[in-house]
Amino acid sequence: MLDVKTLTARYGRAQILSDVTLSVGENEVVALLGRNGAGKSTTIKSVMGLVQHVSGQVTYDGQAILGRASHMICRAGLGYVPEERRIFGELTVEENLEVGRREPRADAPEWTFEHLFELFPNLAERRRNLGKQLSGGEQQMLTIARTLMGNPRLVLLDEPSEGIAPVIVEQMATIIGELKREGLSVLISEQNLHFARIVSDRAYIIEKGQMRYEGSFAHLDAHPDISTRYLAV
Amino acid sequence: MGFYLAQLLTGLANASSLFLIASGLSIIFGVTRIVNFAHGSFYMVGAYLAYSLVTWLDGGILGFWFSIVLAALLVGVIGLVVELIILRRIYHAPELFQLVATFGVVLIVQDATLAIWGAEDLLGPRAPGLDSAVRILGEPIPEYDLALIAIGPAVLLAIWLVFHRTRWGVLVRAATQDREMVGALGVNQAWLFSATFILGSFLAGLGGALQIPREAVSLQMDLSIIGEAFVVTVIGGMGSVSGAFIAAVLISVLNAFAILIFPQISIVLPFVVMAVVLIVRPYGIFGRPGSEHGGTEDPDQPLRLLSGKGAMMLAAAVMALALSPVFVADFTMILLVDVMVATLFAVSLHFMMGVGGMVSFGHAAYFGVGAYAAAMAVKLLGLGMIPAMLLAPFGAALAALFFGWFCVRLSGVYLAMLTLAAAQILWGVTFQWQDVTGGDDGILGVWPAAWASSDRVYFYIAFALCIGGIWALRRAAHSPFGYVLRGVRDSRIRAEAIGVDTRFHQWMGFTVAGAFAGLAGVVFAFSKGSVFPDALGIAQSIDGLIMVLLGGIHALAGPILGAAAFVLIEDWVTRLDYWRVIFGGIILVIVLLAPDGIAGGVNRLMRLLRRDAA
Repeated sequence: MLDVKTLTARYGRAQILSDVTLSVGENEVVALLGRNGAGKSTTIKSVMGLVQHVSGQVTYDGQAILGRASHMICRAGLGYVPEERRIFGELTVEENLEVGRREPRADAPEWTFEHLFELFPNLAERRRNLGKQLSGGEQQMLTIARTLMGNPRLVLLDEPSEGIAPVIVEQMATIIGELKREGLSVLISEQNLHFARIVSDRAYIIEKGQMRYEGSFAHLDAHPDISTRYLAV
Repeated sequence: MGFYLAQLLTGLANASSLFLIASGLSIIFGVTRIVNFAHGSFYMVGAYLAYSLVTWLDGGILGFWFSIVLAALLVGVIGLVVELIILRRIYHAPELFQLVATFGVVLIVQDATLAIWGAEDLLGPRAPGLDSAVRILGEPIPEYDLALIAIGPAVLLAIWLVFHRTRWGVLVRAATQDREMVGALGVNQAWLFSATFILGSFLAGLGGALQIPREAVSLQMDLSIIGEAFVVTVIGGMGSVSGAFIAAVLISVLNAFAILIFPQISIVLPFVVMAVVLIVRPYGIFGRPGSEHGGTEDPDQPLRLLSGKGAMMLAAAVMALALSPVFVADFTMILLVDVMVATLFAVSLHFMMGVGGMVSFGHAAYFGVGAYAAAMAVKLLGLGMIPAMLLAPFGAALAALFFGWFCVRLSGVYLAMLTLAAAQILWGVTFQWQDVTGGDDGILGVWPAAWASSDRVYFYIAFALCIGGIWALRRAAHSPFGYVLRGVRDSRIRAEAIGVDTRFHQWMGFTVAGAFAGLAGVVFAFSKGSVFPDALGIAQSIDGLIMVLLGGIHALAGPILGAAAFVLIEDWVTRLDYWRVIFGGIILVIVLLAPDGIAGGVNRLMRLLRRDAA
């Protein structure tokens, strides 16, 4: 469904990614693991068309999307949930969702305000509050809900468990499971191996902008040296 | 009592027009981050179009209001055209490039207006049905003023409804906060920008069109309103429409009463208010620090030391310049002095912007203070040329020290606006303070000493001061002080974290840049023999910006190339009719073809040639 081949990205003169290759299949949850600064966010942003200097190949559903404007990539069916949440603080919860709203598409489940408020009951209570008045966990829910309003087929989740309370992390795991049940595919970037193991089908490990591992969590557990080498802080 | 009420109502009526134009400016800035100098031109064209339509239709009340709205709509279309053919191509260029491009539009619109409507001021008809005055507490109040007082809040309400009740409005508000994220959610930013531009220019056109029963339509309307519109936008908070409304009312009402006490204040008052507001609330009344997302993501390249070949070329150019009096005519020498003055001015501005990371819209202030300090030292203190030349840059440094203290408390576009305010305050004082500065008549008879009065000798004095100044600034850019400044430019937080007093360094950078701009002003004053308030004007500041940006901000050679190109082109085109169109066109072509300036463009060309050769 999503195929990334030999993706290279740089900011100015600094090369951030070199020859990154990964793929996400139909209705699959894939984790992209790595330490801080390993290149997880840049990989996701590059796929989403938010990095200027990129080269390589990114195909989604058979069409080459690298170099396209990010709104076209979104319209092709990719949903992006940024690491910093990037809620519109001066807009209400409903207005935030409205910004994300797009026409329903034949190949993906359709999300409505009501459906999302069921999935995120906290947001329903605060629908008229401004984005900046929400707690960190609520903002994290809102940023996911906002992306789902675009009815994506593949969701790119950038570090969803970062900086939120453990109880919310649990909720997050439930939601990712829900997305998979709805038939969506998810690429999730994570530092937290434990969380990734719960929610995803298989894993990639990236380090210093290069892919170091591709395979199952079982294999990772059997070879603890891999995660020690590339993930331990 | 009635008199004060009348004054208040006049103030409120003025506020309505000001609000219309400022709200448009604010909306455009909020979404596109473009500081649109051409907004005053949209306002002016709105007035001209309304004038023509009203006279042509001549259809009573209905015809009048139809003409006003149609004129505003047409201006909206003009805004769209400007957005589509010019700005759309340069959204990824540095913000200041966009500003220079909009200034190119200002020049072109000025000449187009001149060609269509002529140079004469046009007196519009009164509004049918609203052409008399009503008496309120015994004072006559024009009915049209009352209509304007109602129109301002009505438009504010309409904009509020659009922004809160339509999907488009919600998208605009979202984009004002984080336009990149809006794009990632599937919204076509290009389309959003165009629509924003239409709305913004429509509002400017409406503001201009509504002015025709109140003031003569003239070619000066564009630049006379733009300064005040910027002030209102900044006080309200850039991107905030209700802020613009409150600021417009604040400025206009304060002005209506202040002129009763001190009639000369109206030129300076808006800028003083802005300076006060920005010091208390650095992002304006309703403004917030802008999101960093969606800007250009390339960090600034480090400044490179000259390569051996480059140094040789530069040395050869300086040698050629030094020897030029031997073989060029006198008028060429005078032109070369102009080039050197402009170059030093541009290099000092570049020191502030490129090295210090502080954009100035009012760098002419220090150029002008230097020039005036020299002139006053000669005329009032009776000093000779050399003492005056030595003393005057310190005058400019003092002015920069004073205003810089305020300016470095801000950053980005707000800092730039405060520098503009500082320059306008100094300009206003110079313009009004007849006894000391000669006001509009300037100071005449500031000639070099007898021994230096030949063009050739003065050329060498100018050469020594300007080339020396440029060399000193270059040294400063590569000194530890320059490293710190560039560090602060690239990341204030990181610089602070390693123990740098960022504000102090920026303050000193500001002062150094001001002092050298003053030195350029000194050389300028003695070469022309006179100084006028223009030396501190907006136009002079913009000239400096154009030189730096045309040259390219990322290279130390940039301002040198830019200033030389600017003076030579200006000298050539100002002899022609409709030179503004040509000059504006040249600016646009350079901006569109070489968004990294002449130096950047040359660099790219060289790389391309080298690659082809290899």
